[in-house]
Amino acid sequence: MADLTFDNIGISHLQACVPENTIINRRYTDYFSEEEADAIVDKTGIEERRFAKEGVCSSDLVYHAAKKLIDENSIDLSQVKFLIFVSQTADYKMPASSVILQHRLGLGQDCMAFDMNLGCSGFVYGLSTMYSLVQSAFSDKAKGLLLVGETRSRVYSARDRKTAYLFGDAGVACLISKGLKFGESHFDLNSNGELENLIKINTGGSRNPSTVDSLTMEITDSHGNVRTEEHGYMDGTEVFNFVISNIPNSVKSFLNRIELAAQDVSFFVFHQANKFMNNHLKKKLRIPNEKYISNLDRFGNTSSVSIPLVISTEMLNNTLDKSNTLLCGFGVGMSWANALLDLNQTQIGDLLEC
Amino acid sequence: MDKQKFIELFKETIDMEDKEIKGDVVFRELEEWDSLALLSVIAMIDDEYDIIIQGNDFKSLNTLNDIMTYINDNK
Repeated sequence: MADLTFDNIGISHLQACVPENTIINRRYTDYFSEEEADAIVDKTGIEERRFAKEGVCSSDLVYHAAKKLIDENSIDLSQVKFLIFVSQTADYKMPASSVILQHRLGLGQDCMAFDMNLGCSGFVYGLSTMYSLVQSAFSDKAKGLLLVGETRSRVYSARDRKTAYLFGDAGVACLISKGLKFGESHFDLNSNGELENLIKINTGGSRNPSTVDSLTMEITDSHGNVRTEEHGYMDGTEVFNFVISNIPNSVKSFLNRIELAAQDVSFFVFHQANKFMNNHLKKKLRIPNEKYISNLDRFGNTSSVSIPLVISTEMLNNTLDKSNTLLCGFGVGMSWANALLDLNQTQIGDLLEC
Repeated sequence: MDKQKFIELFKETIDMEDKEIKGDVVFRELEEWDSLALLSVIAMIDDEYDIIIQGNDFKSLNTLNDIMTYINDNK
């Protein structure tokens, strides 16, 4: 594992934005029966998700979140020197959406801006990278804006039962700065590219450019699920096997390395995959109910946004101690990462719906 | 391993407590069997017997007896 340790860097503010448009899974029956929908909801635990309106992109969701964060807290934009946009549903293949956001948000031209193409591990990866930048910044007042946004509703086929009920859209903005109050934080980050085929969009990149066929030819699996090569697919069984084989051990060795006992963790925030997988992780790691927070039932799997979205909805107005909050992201790549940080000093804005 | 206990756990895992099945049942032919049942069973086996049966290995198992033998052989 790539191990990182930081001192006195933290998330000063966190703001989430979700589309108003709510999909009620039990009534998502354009292609599947009510019985099928009910069975899927019962197993996955995802009752509702948010779908961005046509014309609204991930970058828009994070833009609105960032604007609210900046305006409500009178952030001095001249101090924001770093902007990272984490997404696998960016506006264009080029230029990077982060650079466009630099302009939209009115940040200075002396701001470093770049995209990070990762999914479910993306928030922890983005956070560790932003922490590194802010720590090394020339000025003590330098701040970083970590923007994490996804419109996964558009990635998967609505006729593929394996993925049609899982994913939702959201965006989060976090402001990262230096400060003694934040204390120590730790990260560990991992990759296994051998598993590239577990969660994938085959075409539309350089390896397999789009063709008329890739955009229109329907692929039907043995269960009657339909998608094209331009849609995402997920090998659920193999992903599940990967997660249960690797994640519990990864969390345990991370805690070992940082010499923290599991019972001293204040909250566990896992990537919100599905109730079934997450319950298994909770059981395997013996996490008590009061330390496990989730919003899967209301927002589904928002990929890279899921961890900060849980922080936003479940830690707002939560006065319990969050000094040892463990974040655990895992997914597409396969890529996975853990973080341990103090969230007591993080100001969380009310959820924005747009 | 306790055969009866395993069969009971299996039935509970895929929501068929009120039916009777034996060790030689071809589980893939059960009405309740689907991709979610497969994951639930893999998770149950990990929880109860501390063993993760990889997807590929599971493909070669056909009856509950096969699963129990696998668990016994790989503990």
